[in-house]
Amino acid sequence: MTPHIVSTKIYVLVLAALLALTALTVAASFYDLGGGRLHYANAVTALTIAVSKATLVVLYFMHVRYSSHLTWVFVGAGVFWLLVLIGLTLSDVLTRGWLPSPGPWSS
Amino acid sequence: MSTLATARPANYLSVDPGVMSWLLTKDHKRIGILYLVSISVFFLVGAVSAAVIRLSLFTPEGALLHGQAYNKMFSLHGISMIFFFLIPSIPAVLGNFLLPLMIGARDVAFPRLNLLSWYIFVLGGASTLIAATTGGVDTGWTFYTPFSSIYSNTNVTLTAVGVFITGFSSILTGLNFLVTIHKMRAPGLSWSRLPLFVWAHYATSLIMILGTPVVAITLLMVGLERGLGIGLFDPALGGDPILFQHLFWFYSHPAVYIMILPSMGVVSEVIACFSRKRIFGYEFVAGSSLAIAVIGFFVWGHHMFVSGQSVYAGLVFSLLSFLVAIPSGVKVFNWTATLYKGSVAYHAPMLYALGFIGLFTIGGLTGLFLATLGTDVHLTDTYFVVAHFHYIMVGGAITGFMGGLHFWWPKITGWLYPEGWSRAAALLLFVGFNLTFFPQFILGYNGMLRRTYTYPPEFQVLNVMSTAGASILAVGYLIPVIYLLWSLRYGQAAGPNPWGATGLEWTAPSPPPPGNFEKIPVVTEEAYAYSTMETRRA
Ligand SMILES: [Cu+2]
Repeated sequence: MTPHIVSTKIYVLVLAALLALTALTVAASFYDLGGGRLHYANAVTALTIAVSKATLVVLYFMHVRYSSHLTWVFVGAGVFWLLVLIGLTLSDVLTRGWLPSPGPWSS
Repeated sequence: MSTLATARPANYLSVDPGVMSWLLTKDHKRIGILYLVSISVFFLVGAVSAAVIRLSLFTPEGALLHGQAYNKMFSLHGISMIFFFLIPSIPAVLGNFLLPLMIGARDVAFPRLNLLSWYIFVLGGASTLIAATTGGVDTGWTFYTPFSSIYSNTNVTLTAVGVFITGFSSILTGLNFLVTIHKMRAPGLSWSRLPLFVWAHYATSLIMILGTPVVAITLLMVGLERGLGIGLFDPALGGDPILFQHLFWFYSHPAVYIMILPSMGVVSEVIACFSRKRIFGYEFVAGSSLAIAVIGFFVWGHHMFVSGQSVYAGLVFSLLSFLVAIPSGVKVFNWTATLYKGSVAYHAPMLYALGFIGLFTIGGLTGLFLATLGTDVHLTDTYFVVAHFHYIMVGGAITGFMGGLHFWWPKITGWLYPEGWSRAAALLLFVGFNLTFFPQFILGYNGMLRRTYTYPPEFQVLNVMSTAGASILAVGYLIPVIYLLWSLRYGQAAGPNPWGATGLEWTAPSPPPPGNFEKIPVVTEEAYAYSTMETRRA
């Protein structure tokens, strides 16, 4: 397998995209995008931008886009494990309120 | 003796014996030895702190240690034994030494990275030892928040930094093993012919890579809250203390499998060799390693049933915890089936392997008590839990390590150890272990809490039994240290294959030369072809 050579132009473009997305994150944080007291819409926006940036880094800076299927399998495993971590943790956080709190002891 | 020693052909020990050549070595075998020496230091630290704990619990009011001194002692015991002995024990010592030999390679895929992993380990270990000797830490090995992040006034940060650093040595080892197993197998060595020790290390490496970064970042988050007051876990700062437990156990439950899977690999090799049979249901034993690695990541919430975690999450985690018992059961039954009609020889490695099967089964089944929501409420934070995980980690993981160390000692050093002494020590360890930890099941069931330096007087008899057992354990560990070191000087030369075992590592000389093999071997048969080996011999 010969290493794939990525042109400087692509690296510069990806870097520019990452910097632009960083600026966007900062800019978005100055607005209340709604979603109540916890600003859900702000969180969703920030996380969406962060995931896109991570994807760019993985695909181009880490060369995954030009790598073998085996590499893709391992990258996929990493993403899947992250989803397990978040998913099963949410199974606790999202269901904590389902049972009413028993309240204080009464005699 | 010296004439014999010089008569040995050049090997990885004899070429270039200077200190610098050891410290700059890229030979996987020498790196394995470097790890063996360094983890022995931490085993000693962990063992001495355990001895102090057991001596202190001789009397109900605490014979030696009170309050925070006791808390620091059990924290030191847990941290050094888990992060600095058990996690690296088999993978970094025997795995490093044997994986390339077993797959017919000259070294691991990234020899420099391998050496780097050892230096990282030493750096992390040094930080933790400095933290321990300059005041210590009192959080236990679990670092629960918000105690660790806000309230403890001991050396939490430096200890956490040490564990954080050491995590990277584990990640590098796992990465190295995965690439080595994928890319460097000898011609003919297909996946279905791999020794089960290699399969076990493949599964272990997956856990190291997928789990360790999470615990490293979690400890970093504790540092951020402690140092900068960033609210992550402390409710007063808007954090969630249970979030810490989720992140911590996401790694630390699978970490139990980092400790036990390599031992299971050792047991598979030893059982096949000393039964002179192929492993019963090879595919299932190999597959169950992968199943344990994967399902092991779905069960962590069983540590949190009484933490304030939602009951619904508890139900899911309880069910999933029962599922992970299935692949473990598959292994135990398949080893037993391998013994059936085998011609069994009771050498020391085999005694350890048989001990493993029994002790691991007790540890595993009592784990099911704790995975059951109702019984766990009664047993949480009692000595029942302590007994359970020591059956897994000492009865399982360390027994496997001892078995493996004995099985491959002739390969590693080129010398044989004394048969009689080795069998006696194995039996002594088995007796001492059960006397130490079985009483703790009863103590815990009757309500004795863990991590306390005093206990009600009616628990004293069982505590004295446990302390007596620990002193037998101490002798049991000391004897092998003595005769193994003795064998380096006075042992008989081992020859390439003293057990008549299958496997490529036994085709290389003992100890192997720097490049392992004169010519890269070609594999033409399955692993554990003991029946064809016997016919060839006859
Ligand atoms: Cu667990």
